[in-house]
Amino acid sequence: MAVITVNKDNFENEVIKSEKKVLADFNAAWCGPCRMLGPIIDELANENDSVKFVSINIDENPELAAQYGVASIPCLVLFDGGNEVKRSVGLIPKDEIESLIG
Amino acid sequence: MYDILIVGAGPAGLTAAIYARRASKSVLVLEALTYGGQIVNTLEIENYPAEPHISGFDFATKLYNQAKELGAEVRFERVTEIRKESSDADASHFGVITAKSEYEAKTVIIATGSANRKLGISGEEALIGRGISYCATCDGAFYRGKTVAVVGGGNTALEDALYLSDVAGKVYLIHRRDEFRGEEIAAAGLKEKANVEFILNSVVTELKEDGGKLVSVTVADAKSIAAGEPTGLREIPVDGLFVAVGRIPSNQSFAGLIETDEAGYIKAGENCKTNVSGIFVAGDNRTKEVRQLVTAASDGAIAATAAINFLNR
Ligand SMILES: Cc1cc2nc3c(=O)[nH]c(=O)nc-3n(C[C@H](O)[C@H](O)[C@H](O)COP(=O)(O)OP(=O)(O)OC[C@H]3O[C@@H](n4cnc5c(N)ncnc54)[C@H](O)[C@@H]3O)c2cc1C
Repeated sequence: MAVITVNKDNFENEVIKSEKKVLADFNAAWCGPCRMLGPIIDELANENDSVKFVSINIDENPELAAQYGVASIPCLVLFDGGNEVKRSVGLIPKDEIESLIG
Repeated sequence: MYDILIVGAGPAGLTAAIYARRASKSVLVLEALTYGGQIVNTLEIENYPAEPHISGFDFATKLYNQAKELGAEVRFERVTEIRKESSDADASHFGVITAKSEYEAKTVIIATGSANRKLGISGEEALIGRGISYCATCDGAFYRGKTVAVVGGGNTALEDALYLSDVAGKVYLIHRRDEFRGEEIAAAGLKEKANVEFILNSVVTELKEDGGKLVSVTVADAKSIAAGEPTGLREIPVDGLFVAVGRIPSNQSFAGLIETDEAGYIKAGENCKTNVSGIFVAGDNRTKEVRQLVTAASDGAIAATAAINFLNR
C-alpha cells in the first residue's frame, strides 16, 4: 500500500480509528534526514499490508506535532488502537523500523 | 571475496567507491544507517568547489547515484568487527562482520566518520526529541518563541545559538570556559543579540522533565565539578536544550585491530594508510586538521588509490 498523507482533517479517521496499526512519519520538506527516510518508508509500505503508513508534514500540521509532543524530526510514532505505543526519533535504518512495527 | 570493502557510505566512503569502480575493482560498501553520512543534516552547503549552493540531501543523493551508476554495491548493515584472516602480505584477506552476515575482502577502507557527542548525563537519551536536540537547524522550528539553551563552545555551538536567536524567544549559551574557541565573528554577533544570555564557566549537571518533556537544566560551576563538589548550582527553565559539544569518531568497532590516537581517531597521514597493511582510512575519522566534505572526498580518492595500488602490486 502507498503511504497516506494525513492532516488534521483525516487524522481521526486514518489514525485513531484505524483497524490496523499505524506508523506515522512526522516530517518536513526542509529536513534532510526526513528526506532520507522517505523512500525507506515508501518501500516498507509496499512490503507490509498489516501496518498502515502515514506521512504528517509538521509545517502544515503544527497542531498534530504539538499534540503528540513532536520536537525533533524525523519522528516515527506507532499507533495501535488509536494510542501511541512506540516512538523513534532520528534517522534509523530499515531493519530498525521493521522491528519498531514488528 | 571483494577487492575493496568500504565501511561507511558518507562522502569519503562513496568517493572511494567511485575511484575503486573506475579502476574496475569489485566494491562493497557497508552502511549502518542511510547513505550520505552527516551531511544530510545540512540545509545548504556553500563551500564545495563548483557547487555554490546545494542541500546536504541533494549532495548525498548525487554522490550515491554516481557510485551506484559505476557499479558499486551498497548494503545497509552495521559493521561490528574487522578480522585479519591472513597476515601474509601477498594474500591479504579480511573478514568483515555485521549483525546479519560476514563478508570477505582483500582490502578494507574505513570511512565511518563521526557521530554527535552526547553530554552523558542521566535522562539525556530519553529526552531526545522531547526537548533535547543535536541539530539546531533541524529542530529549531519547534521552539519558535520559546526558551532554549545551547551547550558547547565551538563553532557549531556559536552558529546554533545565532540561528536559534532568530527563532526562539530566549537563548542561553552554556559554556564550560570563560572564552570561546569558535570564530570571534560569530561570538561578536551573538553579543549584540538582546535575547542571548551567556552562562560561562558552567556545565550542565542535571536535566529535569515533566510528563516526558524537558522542563529545565541545572548548571554548576565548571571548576567546582572538577574539584568534586558542585557549587553555583542554578536551575534554568528551558523548553529545549541543543547539545553542541563536538563529535566523536566512529572507530569503536575497530579498536583492537587499528591504532587510534587518544581521542579515538585512526592514526594515519595524508596517505590514508593505517597500521595494518591492506586497511586504509578515509574521512572525518582519521587524524587530521580539517574535517570537511572536500577533505573527506580527497581522502576517499587517496585511500582508494592506495588500495588499488596495493592490489596491483
Ligand atoms: C550539521 C553539519 C553541517 C556541515 N556542513 C558542512 C559544510 O557546509 N561543508 C563541508 O564541507 N562540511 C560540512 N560538514 C562536515 C561534513 O559533513 C563532514 O566532514 C563529512 O560528512 C565527513 O564525511 P565522512 O564520509 O568522513 O563521514 P560521515 O559523513 O560521518 O559518514 C560516515 C558514514 O559511516 C557510517 N558508519 C559509521 N559507523 C559505521 C559502521 N560501524 N558500519 C557501517 N557504517 C558506519 C555512518 O552511518 C555514516 O553514514 C557538516 C557537518 C555537520 C554535522
